[in-house]
Amino acid sequence: MQYNILEYLDDTVRRVPEKVAYSNEKSSVTFQQTHDRGRAIGTFLSNKGIYKEPVVVFMSRGPEAITAFYGAVYGGNYYVPLDEEMPRFRIELIMEKLDPRVIICDDSTKGIVDTFDYSGSVYLYNDIIKTPVNEDMILEIRKRAIDTDPIYVVFTSGSTGIPKGVVACHRSVIDYIETLSDVLEFSEKTVFGNQTPLYFDACLKELYPTLKFGATTYLIPKNLFMFPIKLVEYLNDKKINTICWVVSALTMISAFGVLDKVVPQYLETIAFGSEVFPIKQFNLWRNALPDTKFINLYGPTEATGMSCYYKIDRDFKEDEAIPIGAPFKNTEIILLDDKNRIPDKGDMGEICIRGTSLTLGYYKDFDRTNEVFVQNPLNSAYPELIYRTGDLGKYNERGELVFVSRRDQQIKHMGHRIELGEIEFNVNMVEGVKAACCIYNKDNSKIELFYVGDISTRDLSAALKKRLPRYMVPNYIKALDEMPLTANKKIDRLYIKQNLSRNKRGK
Amino acid sequence: MEELLEILEELHPDIDFEECDTLIDENILDSFDIIALISEINLEFGISIPPDEIVPENFNSAQALYQLIERLSDED
Repeated sequence: MQYNILEYLDDTVRRVPEKVAYSNEKSSVTFQQTHDRGRAIGTFLSNKGIYKEPVVVFMSRGPEAITAFYGAVYGGNYYVPLDEEMPRFRIELIMEKLDPRVIICDDSTKGIVDTFDYSGSVYLYNDIIKTPVNEDMILEIRKRAIDTDPIYVVFTSGSTGIPKGVVACHRSVIDYIETLSDVLEFSEKTVFGNQTPLYFDACLKELYPTLKFGATTYLIPKNLFMFPIKLVEYLNDKKINTICWVVSALTMISAFGVLDKVVPQYLETIAFGSEVFPIKQFNLWRNALPDTKFINLYGPTEATGMSCYYKIDRDFKEDEAIPIGAPFKNTEIILLDDKNRIPDKGDMGEICIRGTSLTLGYYKDFDRTNEVFVQNPLNSAYPELIYRTGDLGKYNERGELVFVSRRDQQIKHMGHRIELGEIEFNVNMVEGVKAACCIYNKDNSKIELFYVGDISTRDLSAALKKRLPRYMVPNYIKALDEMPLTANKKIDRLYIKQNLSRNKRGK
Repeated sequence: MEELLEILEELHPDIDFEECDTLIDENILDSFDIIALISEINLEFGISIPPDEIVPENFNSAQALYQLIERLSDED
């Protein structure tokens, strides 16, 4: 039985040491290098007495950052990925929550770290990978490790304005990687084309199966996702056969007629998720690649990665939704109604998840953890946690699970999970703003912001870019003379949605 | 040009689109913006930008984008 996520690497490095594990436009690392650098960093941290602590990895997206993640874990710690794309304000919030003693950075991020109000240690990746590996020390750390020890903390949008750090352990990640690999049929021949940033759980789908099978992952340059023909050419050039992308990255290619011009030649598996795939776009893909497997994935960060899958095996009409199907092995989905009962067949309920894949909860936040990681209300005999996703779902006539909507103000935009409340919180923090309301316009996929205050849209837009990650900055900002209110003096979201939303102005 | 600047400024009110010629090089536009731009140019000017014109050179400045629109309108 496997207890530690690094056993994948320890086994694979013996089999295919010289094979490329991770690669981007600037550099590549083999499994041997990944193993060596990981253990060197692990030894370095241990020499510094860093053990069972958060290790911030603040590096640009590349093979080096990935080996630093493993280095943190070799040292018996857990990594916290940050990225130069994140705005300073958000990084500060995260640092405040973590209070880390160590940051690993690279030449591109060192300058930013130096301006932080931070008293811990900052180490340069290129320096610490030179540490001679202390085999005995690494073995001793492994011997003391428990499979419920954390591996990473990733931060996700929080409705109160403060991001939540989801803590995942070896057990949940191993469970996820094993069941995901079965369904998607990864192997040593798999060549992944990674689209997602490294600071979310989404990249687990590529990072760990690469270790498990001795596969290869190409980190696709972010800019290519703006220029679809170049993107497809890249896939063909690298002979990429497996992609797990957000839907908007796939529709970027299909919507502009790219598949008529150039087709990805090597793609065998296309997994997608995080958003609803418009059937019209999906069919363009399916017609262009009739022999490719398409799999819809669904799952929250709090249950490590993906919890449900549906292998597309039939045609869909344009008004149909692709089901999220059935849970992975060793995971159960429980639908619960308002009274915590199982709804009647075909009725809607909140999607709740039970199984080893549940993460440990939110970092230094027992209150918010206890709100959603709760005792299974159907079990009054012994402690058993379920995670309440806040997503509403139901079963169709075929018995397949279908996602219906959210219970709250959480949205999915360009594959990112966003709390509109977090955007509003940040808008309200900007000087001059008196009131703010954010809505999501599903017709054109825009985050729309309406505000009242003594600040121009120009200045507000600039201020928000300093506070929010790029994907959370509203795509349309409109100043109002006064905020529409309901009879109870709350912001009238419905009125704004129906009357002020951009598409409704007749343009 | 006015209409195009309006579309761009609505996406990023804080950017001076008449001056900036590094919209792609400096990551001012992202993939969402490109999608939004293409669909709004379609609505406003009635032209669809073919995939082989969706390249960095055509989106790096408002001027370049406007030239593309003019070129595509002439072809119709």
